[in-house]
Amino acid sequence: MNKKENIIPESEETIEKEYSILNLGPTHPATHGIFQNILKMDGEIIHEAEPTVGYIHRAFEKLAERRPYNQITPITDRLNYCSSPINNMGWHMTVEKLIGCTVPKRVDYMRVIIMELARIADHLVCNSVIGVDTGAMTGFLYIFQWREKIYDIYESICGARLTTNIGRIGGFEREWSKTTWDQIHNFVKEYPKALKEFSNLLERNKIFMDRTVNCGPISAKMALEYSFTGPNLRAAGVDYDVRVATPYSSYQDFDFIIPIGQSGDTYDRFMVRQEEMWQSLKIIEQAIKNMPKDQPFHADLPEFYLPPKEEVYNNMEALIYHFKIVMGETEVPKGEVYHCVEGGNGELGFYLVSDGGRTPYRLHFRRPCFIYYQAYSEMVKGIMLSDAIITMSSMNVIAGELDA
Amino acid sequence: MNEDLFKKLNEKISAKFPDVIEASDLAYDFPSFTIKKDNIHDVLEFLKNDEELNFHFLTDLTGFQTADEKQLGVIYHLHNMPKNYRVRIRTYFDINKPEIPTATDIWPGANWMERETFDFYGVRFKGHPKLKRILNVDEMDIFPMRKEYPLEDQTRDDKDDKMFGR
Repeated sequence: MNKKENIIPESEETIEKEYSILNLGPTHPATHGIFQNILKMDGEIIHEAEPTVGYIHRAFEKLAERRPYNQITPITDRLNYCSSPINNMGWHMTVEKLIGCTVPKRVDYMRVIIMELARIADHLVCNSVIGVDTGAMTGFLYIFQWREKIYDIYESICGARLTTNIGRIGGFEREWSKTTWDQIHNFVKEYPKALKEFSNLLERNKIFMDRTVNCGPISAKMALEYSFTGPNLRAAGVDYDVRVATPYSSYQDFDFIIPIGQSGDTYDRFMVRQEEMWQSLKIIEQAIKNMPKDQPFHADLPEFYLPPKEEVYNNMEALIYHFKIVMGETEVPKGEVYHCVEGGNGELGFYLVSDGGRTPYRLHFRRPCFIYYQAYSEMVKGIMLSDAIITMSSMNVIAGELDA
Repeated sequence: MNEDLFKKLNEKISAKFPDVIEASDLAYDFPSFTIKKDNIHDVLEFLKNDEELNFHFLTDLTGFQTADEKQLGVIYHLHNMPKNYRVRIRTYFDINKPEIPTATDIWPGANWMERETFDFYGVRFKGHPKLKRILNVDEMDIFPMRKEYPLEDQTRDDKDDKMFGR
């Protein structure tokens, strides 16, 4: 698809022959988010792309400097809103690292289940939307109801569907009900059929392959130079996954493989995400099977973990802790931590500096989208506009994470 | 766990560049070094190109303001994926002269991270290909993450916040 030789050199621009400027965005249905690309086009071929970001910037890092630690979780929801639970868990684990708390194995496993469900939801949206952008609506319509089932599971755990605010520092807010477990079992049992059907529709589909193979490729070297992480880096052939490199939340207990691609093109990115969904299912099955019994669903961390209401009314200690947490007067050690989790799009890092106050002194989110989206203008140089659209959707650029 | 790496880094950096390390620590098992501003580019280049250390991946780059509000800092998180080494490099400089060399020639991916740091802290990265605001509007004339700009409007008197908030 690389047709660089067809482009008119700038010096040859004349009155008969000139570039046209096209605004792709800020709101364009094909960009799936609010960001603008100013394209300098030679007919259908992109000569230069100038991305503009920041349309939904909400100053999360500044907001976080004024909020107590437990109130920052809802902010993290809104980073990558396709997989908010991963962001929530990442934040909880960062604070746990700062205060030096270890959580029970059972919490780790419950977190793994939730994070892998979120990864499936994230990849499912991305992959089905690649289908839509290439003109295959069917796969999207069939598979999307399974995201609803995942959202139902979130809902029965925490009451919210999209911006979940799931879990607490030190564990979960309550024990999972029988309905939740039934829903999870049901999902693990039924989803493979749906995913298989989805794969049959797209994976070896001639039209889909013609559209995606060799479209918007990126080499492993360039991907590393541009600090790519996650499925986009793995599609280029680098087997880096935070879950394996620096295991958190007991990921070392699970048996799964890291799928990698070869050429880093749209098809490889699609296939890596597809395989990761199968691996996530495998991890969830193992977590359900090996779930430790007779352990609490949260760590013994009264200073961060709201006590049950009946204890607040009847027990002085619980009342004091309740007051301290609600007023944000919990003491936190001084320190500087960096914690990263494998988010839907790559290494989601939290750089937290605490000066011992009630709020973080500095909190920085390492947002994978923001970092790899800068390579987009390089990747689309010399390719057709329609290929640029599916390159963008296969990179899974989420506006919330891009702009923070 | 990372004591060996910490020792090795300490030795290697001080052997190559004497007296550039202002401080170093291994808090939370994460090797961190504070490097003098004038040598930051050379040290980063050395860390990337040294065969054994091979910090080929820039994980994160961000700004920081010290508590006395007189200094700004830039924090680099580097990563060597094959050996899974991570290191944090900090550098501090005067807030009235926030100028340091860019890292875009070492890692092209530093481009937007430096633009973000400029946008929020006003750090001027010398040699950056296109240093302009990225998330905030171009017309903005302050650097909003600096501590001198509090989150809420300080002229409001309908809210008594002395018990809460920083």
